[in-house]
Amino acid sequence: MGDFFTVSVLVATLASGIRLATPFLLAGLGETIGQRSGVLNLGVEGVMLLGAFSAYYITLETGSAVYGILGAIVVGLLIGLAYAFITLIMQAQQGISGIGIYLFGLGFTDLLFQKNVGTPKPIRGLGEVNIPLLSDIPKVGEIFFQHSLPVYFAFALVPLVWFMINKTTFGLNIRAVGETPEAADTLGVSVNRTRLATILIGSTMASLAGAALALEVGIFQQNLTSGQGFIAIALVYFGAWRSYGVMLGALLFGIVQATVLQLKTLGIVEGANSSLLAMAPAVLTIVVLAIVSRRVAAPGALTRPFDRAA
Amino acid sequence: MLVALSLGAVMLLTLGANPITGYAALIDGAFGGWDELADTSIKAMPLLLVGVGICIAFRAGVINIGGEGQIIAGAIASTVVALVLPDVSRILLVPLVLVGGAIGGGLWGAIPGVLKAYAGVNEILSTIMMNLVAAQFLSFLLQDLLTDKASGAIKIQQTERLSANADLPLLPGDTRLHLGVMIAILIAVLGHILLFRSALGVRLRAVGHNADASRYAGMPVKKSIVQALAFSGACAGVAGAVLVFGSESHRLIAEGGASGFTQSAGFNGIVAALFGGLSPLAVVPASFFFGGMLTGGISLQQELQVPAALIVALNGIVVLFVVGSLKLQTRLRSWAQEAGSGSLRGSESPPSDHAPQPADSVAISEDSDG
Repeated sequence: MGDFFTVSVLVATLASGIRLATPFLLAGLGETIGQRSGVLNLGVEGVMLLGAFSAYYITLETGSAVYGILGAIVVGLLIGLAYAFITLIMQAQQGISGIGIYLFGLGFTDLLFQKNVGTPKPIRGLGEVNIPLLSDIPKVGEIFFQHSLPVYFAFALVPLVWFMINKTTFGLNIRAVGETPEAADTLGVSVNRTRLATILIGSTMASLAGAALALEVGIFQQNLTSGQGFIAIALVYFGAWRSYGVMLGALLFGIVQATVLQLKTLGIVEGANSSLLAMAPAVLTIVVLAIVSRRVAAPGALTRPFDRAA
Repeated sequence: MLVALSLGAVMLLTLGANPITGYAALIDGAFGGWDELADTSIKAMPLLLVGVGICIAFRAGVINIGGEGQIIAGAIASTVVALVLPDVSRILLVPLVLVGGAIGGGLWGAIPGVLKAYAGVNEILSTIMMNLVAAQFLSFLLQDLLTDKASGAIKIQQTERLSANADLPLLPGDTRLHLGVMIAILIAVLGHILLFRSALGVRLRAVGHNADASRYAGMPVKKSIVQALAFSGACAGVAGAVLVFGSESHRLIAEGGASGFTQSAGFNGIVAALFGGLSPLAVVPASFFFGGMLTGGISLQQELQVPAALIVALNGIVVLFVVGSLKLQTRLRSWAQEAGSGSLRGSESPPSDHAPQPADSVAISEDSDG
């Protein structure tokens, strides 16, 4: 039995917390952009699985994680197009169509994995990139500056997404379309074209989140994401539809997950009790939602389809 | 549906299987004989039970994605009943475990109901999280408190062989078909009565149709939301009890994780309910059909080595097309009505009329109840 409260263990836990936060953050930021424009994509989990599998499989076949990531981007765009068609043109109910995307992603990736891969074969991920100078700082460097590229990418996106939503014309359109699509339409903003863009961005980011996860763990298995996509959606509520809030939530969940893993590795918690501990992220999500749900206002037109004729 | 089937054919083709032999194997495996029909009915039971619950929730404007967790909660509760009262006579114990399942699932469903009604928590997210919690809790119980303590028992996540007095009786005929089928159909009928022939049903559907108007009309909206999720969870909980006491092993087993126990009925039941137009009686044939897809999927796997996961993927596509075409159906129907037929009875109106409201539509303001 090891001791959790030693400096080296705490540093390792925080560093792995940041790594584990990355898929949450990428998917959560994408979902934030979508929801700000009034589109709820509940299929994040399914898109993540599809992105994870495509990144894994392409990397396995080509030996290059770069191709894997490019593949995940293409897959994300394709799913985004399909979801946009269902949501914007067919005006399907967003709560339920997302479950359809989830089931499709769950079944389809399992199918392809069993058919094309069979037994889990590890892939070589991206490897860590140490930021010069900064990574040499004791402790701090180890926590923040010795990660793989997707980690830096995800955290760099936080201010960029903030800037895009709050300081650009495109962001203004997104917010207008998400609050009162009718007014935006009157002013000549194309509601559906704006939403198409946010759906494509969100879906691509969810797919990248899956890719980041698969490349980080280096394998694929059935239901690899195990609920992370759904937690990412909850983080959007937690973060009150703001990029920095989503980042805080992602870090919180990443660190909780890392702690759970660390406690298991050290043998502090084992056997049946590790199942109890594994409930922590889900219970935490419920508690957090119960606290924040009343305090923050969702975008006014969230889940409401826009139909000019109506 | 045709589109989904043809997409399935494309998927079979890309997997290197002939779609015609593929679908032939699927249909033969599902409906090709008495044993196959019995297996299909057994697979359909949990779908029907969950599906009836989904009808109740969705019609009340509450999106219940928590079927998986509610099945598990029902299974755990009913298992505990059988472990505590193993010697009660069969005529009493069978109803008792079923009621236990209903209570377990109902309570598990009521939690997100309360969270939605009184804390404004989006029920889609909370029910999904409750699924994750239930799955881990089941895994904990089966490794610890409820695990098979018999010496030399294999170390997998399962309980002991539960009291034979709780076994669901087999139906006459030489198949595996048991009483669960009758129970599931009975609950579908009860669900229909609850939704369309009772004051409670009128209230639930009114809340689902327009929560604000219902509130102004003096209906207790918050209470209705909790009730809808509790009833919905109770139906899934009965499915959990049926899965335990109608199984061949008569144990609660989580083979390869919790979804090994539930067989993903919590999600597939949603598919069946949507396909049945959120009408409990129509979910009977719909769940039989999807039960057939599941049994057929197994023979597909055995004969053509096509993983049964294909069926999960197909179900996803079916959901997309069903909800995608709702709008279209509404338009067609309103044209039909304008044409002056007017023959549709109000209480059994087509799905699109009372299609569930968008996820967040049952918004609740602070001082709404009462």
